[in-house]
Amino acid sequence: MPDTAVLTAPDREAPAPPPPRGRRNRGPRRTPPLVLAFVLVPLLAEALWVFWPALQGFYLALTSWDGVSAPTFVGLDNFREMAHDDVFLDATGHTVLWLLLFGGLSAVLGLAAALVLQQERRGVGFYRAALFLPVVFSLVATALVWQAIYQPDGVLNQLLESVGLGNLRHAWLADQDTALYAVMVPALWRQIGYVMVLYVAGLKGIDPALYEAAKVDGAGAWQRLRHVTLPQLRSVNAVVLSVIVIDSLRSFDVVWSLTRGGPYHSSELLSTYMYSTAFQSLRLGYGSALAVVIFVLAFGVICSYLVRAFREAD
Amino acid sequence: MSAPSAPSTASASSTHSASATALRRRRAATAGFHLGAGTLAVLWLLPIALVLVTSLRSFDDIAAHGLGSWPRSFTLGNFGQAWNDGGQQRALINSLLVTVPAVLVTLALAAMAAFGLSRYDLPFRRSLLLLMLGGNLLPPQILLIPVSKLSELLGIYDTLPALVGVQIGFGVGFYVFVLHGFMRSIPPEIQQAAVVDGAGPWQIFWRIILPLTRPALAALSALSFTWIFNDLLWAITVLRSDTKMPITAALIGLQGQYVSMWNVIAAGSVIAAAPTVIVFLRFQRHFVAGLNLGAVK
Repeated sequence: MPDTAVLTAPDREAPAPPPPRGRRNRGPRRTPPLVLAFVLVPLLAEALWVFWPALQGFYLALTSWDGVSAPTFVGLDNFREMAHDDVFLDATGHTVLWLLLFGGLSAVLGLAAALVLQQERRGVGFYRAALFLPVVFSLVATALVWQAIYQPDGVLNQLLESVGLGNLRHAWLADQDTALYAVMVPALWRQIGYVMVLYVAGLKGIDPALYEAAKVDGAGAWQRLRHVTLPQLRSVNAVVLSVIVIDSLRSFDVVWSLTRGGPYHSSELLSTYMYSTAFQSLRLGYGSALAVVIFVLAFGVICSYLVRAFREAD
Repeated sequence: MSAPSAPSTASASSTHSASATALRRRRAATAGFHLGAGTLAVLWLLPIALVLVTSLRSFDDIAAHGLGSWPRSFTLGNFGQAWNDGGQQRALINSLLVTVPAVLVTLALAAMAAFGLSRYDLPFRRSLLLLMLGGNLLPPQILLIPVSKLSELLGIYDTLPALVGVQIGFGVGFYVFVLHGFMRSIPPEIQQAAVVDGAGPWQIFWRIILPLTRPALAALSALSFTWIFNDLLWAITVLRSDTKMPITAALIGLQGQYVSMWNVIAAGSVIAAAPTVIVFLRFQRHFVAGLNLGAVK
């Protein structure tokens, strides 16, 4: 096989062709039709359900549409309206807060859990599984569990009562001041195990010789963390960051099943506002415009993720 | 055997007190580790234990003593109520009717595309790969309205095939990306040998590459099973009738139907969580590998 490749190549190309740069010998150069179909069929499936709808979504953002009569083109009116829409501004603020708090805490706590549970010792598998188990729960089931905890006569209030902090009793989900944070806790409960798994894998990839060398140089535990572990985790950090930002902007199930964005939009995120605007108020054009805002926010992260993926896919 | 051991015993006894201190310190560290990690694990499992216990209590018990009290009753009736009257049985069947075909078709399509893109010099193969991944990274919100309209246009709105279709279309990009990374690491010589033996692309795919990709496929199936099974957003976008809703949406319905009857709601949550927990416990290793596979690539 390699012989024929060498023999036929000079016939077609210039004599003594320079080997094509970066090309690796990965099978035949002519693509069989079957292989072409292998790629095109999935691509068409994705085009039908993702690319084509996405393009339509961008167009619908420029229209006013009730879903029944034909959409009317209104240009950038939807986006102008947002500037005066208090619920939109609140939802944006909550989304940013969600990104920082939910994202930041799940990264920090996930890393902390990974540092504790990275070593292979007896029983560590059980601890990891315990932290990881909520990841496989649906967010809806998760939300219901926590609703039982947050009820006015629920577990949290009973607990506060029993330790003498009865004056902290609260209708956690019905209070505008606490609803957003109360919703965030179950989301974190579920996310931390996921982030932990990513970090445990990253920590296992670090060469132990680096720690030995640092120890010989007299570095303490904190210095080893600061100067060996964290720099070595840089690529995992990039992944975790992307996962967290994308998950934050997509966060929907847990809020929807706990509060639907209420009370009085106090736990409204852009994703829940978009959904209720489009499918409950039936303002499909404005809903699409909100989706475009979510897209733009996610775009920066996606870009950086893609650039990294591009480099590694090569 | 005995001769080499003599010097080591001697040196051990000379540093006896030092090693004893080290041993004690190591024991203390181990105890501390288990104490800390154990507390964390208990804290994490507590909400799950709460649901399990609540699902086995009677309504009167909860009403009289509160959710947080020690259980004073035991009944399996809540499961029957959620299962039959609450419509969980139908919902679970719906979920499986969507999840199983969606997982199988998505992985089959993704494996095919990944094979083509990783083993052949297709034009624009890198751009195609990134385009497909990019589609999966789009926030689904931008797709909701057009997808619901598209399913109406295709005449499959409010049917399970619509949900299967959108799960396939939206998921395929990510799996192509992961499988592509995996298939690329298979040495080209294996394929070349098969070509010399006269194998066509289908045989190469089916007999050589696919078997070698099995670990990645196992990991991705465990992962995608839980993702699709747990989805709520797509389901409530393309479905309308209560009888067609998957278990996640049905669980929200159950909550409206049995307001503050936490025993039934808890039983419903247990039913809804059981399949993914079973998959997780059975395929834990693959599952965790899958998350890393997706992320590290």
